[in-house]
Amino acid sequence: MKPAQNYIELFKENRALVERGSAGVMNTLRDAALSSLARYGLPHNRLEEYLHTDVSKWFEPDWGMNLARLDMPVDFAQAFKCSVPNLSTQLYFLANDAFASSDRASKAGLPEGVFAGSLKEAAQNRPDLVEKFYGRLADMDKPGIAAINTLFAQDGYILYVPDGVTIEKPLQLITLLSSKVDLMVNRRILVVLGRASQAKLLLCDHALAANNYLTTQVIEVFAGQDSTFELYDLEETHTANLRASELYISQDAGSKVSVDNLTLHNGQTRNTVCVTFDGQGAELSLNGVAITDKSQHVDNMTFVDHRVPDCTSSELFKYVLDESSTGAFAGKVLVREGAQHTSSQQTNRNICLTREARMFTQPQLEIYADDVKCSHGATVGQLDDKALFYMRQRGIPQQEARMMLMLAFVGEVIGKVELEPLRDRLYRLVEKRFRGELTQCEGCRACR
Amino acid sequence: MNSETQDNSLIREISAEKYRYGFTTDVHTEIIDRGLTEDTVRLISERKGEPEWLLEFRLKAYRHWLTMEMPHWAHLDIPEIDYQNISYYADPTVKKEGPKSLEEIDPQVMKTFDKLGIPLEERLALSGGVAVDAVMDSVSVKTTFKKTLAEKGIIFCSMGEAVKNHPDLIRQYLGSVVNYRDNFFAALNSAVFSDGSFVYIPKGVRCPMELSTYFRINAAGTGQFERTLIVADDDSYVSYLEGCTAPMRDENQLHAAIVEIVVLDRAEVKYSTVQNWYPGDENGRGGVYNFVTKRGLLKGVDSKLSWTQVETGSAITWKYPSCVLQGDGSQGEFYSVALTNNWQQADTGTKMIHIGRNTKSTVISKGISAGHSQNSYRGLIKVGEHADGARNYSQCDSLLLGDKCGAHTFPYMDVKNETAIVEHEATTSKISEDQLFYCNQRGIPMEQAIGLIVNGYAKEVLNKLPMEFAVEAQRLLSVSLENTVG
Repeated sequence: MKPAQNYIELFKENRALVERGSAGVMNTLRDAALSSLARYGLPHNRLEEYLHTDVSKWFEPDWGMNLARLDMPVDFAQAFKCSVPNLSTQLYFLANDAFASSDRASKAGLPEGVFAGSLKEAAQNRPDLVEKFYGRLADMDKPGIAAINTLFAQDGYILYVPDGVTIEKPLQLITLLSSKVDLMVNRRILVVLGRASQAKLLLCDHALAANNYLTTQVIEVFAGQDSTFELYDLEETHTANLRASELYISQDAGSKVSVDNLTLHNGQTRNTVCVTFDGQGAELSLNGVAITDKSQHVDNMTFVDHRVPDCTSSELFKYVLDESSTGAFAGKVLVREGAQHTSSQQTNRNICLTREARMFTQPQLEIYADDVKCSHGATVGQLDDKALFYMRQRGIPQQEARMMLMLAFVGEVIGKVELEPLRDRLYRLVEKRFRGELTQCEGCRACR
Repeated sequence: MNSETQDNSLIREISAEKYRYGFTTDVHTEIIDRGLTEDTVRLISERKGEPEWLLEFRLKAYRHWLTMEMPHWAHLDIPEIDYQNISYYADPTVKKEGPKSLEEIDPQVMKTFDKLGIPLEERLALSGGVAVDAVMDSVSVKTTFKKTLAEKGIIFCSMGEAVKNHPDLIRQYLGSVVNYRDNFFAALNSAVFSDGSFVYIPKGVRCPMELSTYFRINAAGTGQFERTLIVADDDSYVSYLEGCTAPMRDENQLHAAIVEIVVLDRAEVKYSTVQNWYPGDENGRGGVYNFVTKRGLLKGVDSKLSWTQVETGSAITWKYPSCVLQGDGSQGEFYSVALTNNWQQADTGTKMIHIGRNTKSTVISKGISAGHSQNSYRGLIKVGEHADGARNYSQCDSLLLGDKCGAHTFPYMDVKNETAIVEHEATTSKISEDQLFYCNQRGIPMEQAIGLIVNGYAKEVLNKLPMEFAVEAQRLLSVSLENTVG
């Protein structure tokens, strides 16, 4: 409870400052966030849902926060070294947690009515729109980071796609963490898709300086009726980076959402994904890859709530754990009474490469309807000795053979990425990661 | 799936028949006053004429229990239990003095076990080839076949007798697998445990017959807290069966047992349970709360322990038979069929703790839910740092019969060794319409068809049961499912 108390006091002292740097709509929820934080505190590992990640500890150090919205210079050119070749995207930047209006973030090329950009500006210019959606999904009635994020978030990114509009070009939001001091960043992303609209969003997390960072991120996605949305959340930071992310998705009837959570390089990461089916016939594909070494830690928790009949969800998460890294996966599927004809499949496969690597996995099914098809599977194992032997017999060196097997292992998830240039790029990134080259990658010089 | 056309009277007949062990026996039973204090613990110990060290053990457990809270993490809705409103000791054998021989046992008690189909008379038992220890309420009534077993050096007697005759063994092993601090119900049991069975198989002995304990709650307002301890010495083998029933009562009765099994080098123990405590009526009134701690310690190399359970009874089941795979090359198995109907709730599964090298575990769990029941599988597979080459395979299937019931799976996997292979699979589905249609087409009525399909679904587990039990279990599954159609 103690770190939470510190933040409550910090907020009370600086409330005016926080609110001045933000917008009215975002300020209206701060009281609710304050009482939620006071009630539940920060999530700690005595809670079942945070058993393997003590997030509250992350908040103990004295983090710098840019409450006064000082301009923090960020070199956007650095991000380009991590760009996706052959993929033309509509680019946006977040410098720490402030939306950065860069020349590169051209507004041209977006269909009419689409609104993409600073959440703060949107809240000022279109308060009616933002108010309708902001904070509606993020659940503050339980321990989590939604409360502290809502309390301090001042800016972020919004994507609004009106009914019937298709954005062909993928949107890319690059977050660059860069500061001279250890910094806590509270980022907020809101995505609203109108009826029968389509969009693709790629989120890239980079840390440019070697400081310690703590990021809280809350993403809310409203997928309207018959809409299609692809979300790629790619983390490439460094070992001094802490990240707690909560993604909330509400799917209306007939909507199709696919989420790929890729953790290629990180420090400690906790990703929570909560999806609710609010309309019949919706489909969800939720995938994740985590590749870790050193003392990195990745904890993915997913919760899929089948409230209505005829929805389909499929989940695939794969981990490759090296050295003394740890991984955790908890996936819960809830099929409520009356949600007949639900089809749900969940798979979690993990490879531990060393003795020190540790994996916790906990798939869960809670089912209250009878006409359903639900399954889950989880495995923890290692590379197949027979396959290794076969490859070595054919002259492939041990190291190379191991790498090929690992690539094939995570390839199943990456193969689900629909954007071809991104898929190729990911294959390359993963290969580099396995070769241990990503730590010296041109774009992430700060990685340690 | 409509059988509304069925004759109502027929349905009534069947439902009345549903729990056929629901009778009570009018037998003089000495029950101590309700409530639990240190004096109660002392009184139980005194009644049983226990040595000082055992009383100390009980008191330590009782004092620890006072510091604990009832666990609420299970997916169960457990009504408040008033632990002071339970009588912790009921003895149906007391007349004036304890029975010295079979003839002295109250004929009513004998009749009870006859009704249950438990052959207490040795000549009856001869035909079955099963040695039985029968426990009614808190006291072991009669153990059969003792002489035959004694020739091989096998000890099979009630816990009370074992404390008197084999104090060294009891002192060595009691609480060595399930510590009294283990959990709330284990602490409670350790404080007030009454009777149960003790089995010791000496080195190199293969027990020639199945050993069996039959538990029966008879007296009202009592709980049953039995304690079973099985020790299989090097190179021995034993197959142990356990059955339980209780009368139909509107009140809930508490059953909190402990089963401890110690398996030494190359020994093998098979433990089978057919649990058929009274599940409550179709409105969820009454029934037994079954909160049981069962654990085996596979201490020796290449030792083997196999749990097989068929759970059809109890209003609430909270039970996780576990294996601690300590010896190198030890093997643990868990086969379970859990059937819940009406308002029953079950949260059951297993724990496999891999400590030794090359340890193997297999978990096959089949859940069947009907009516308004909730059925959960909860399991833990833990692989320790030194458990090189550990291997686990778990499969949990759930079958849903009806749209008001729930089926849940909560497996936990915690792997600390890179050479371990842990696999878990789970599926949930309903009975295939195609299969039902196929049966109906061939003139098999709906209820029978469901019974047939469910039995086929559970076959993988039922096959692991000893013959005598398998038949009983199959019949039980069909009976428990009656009236679930519609």
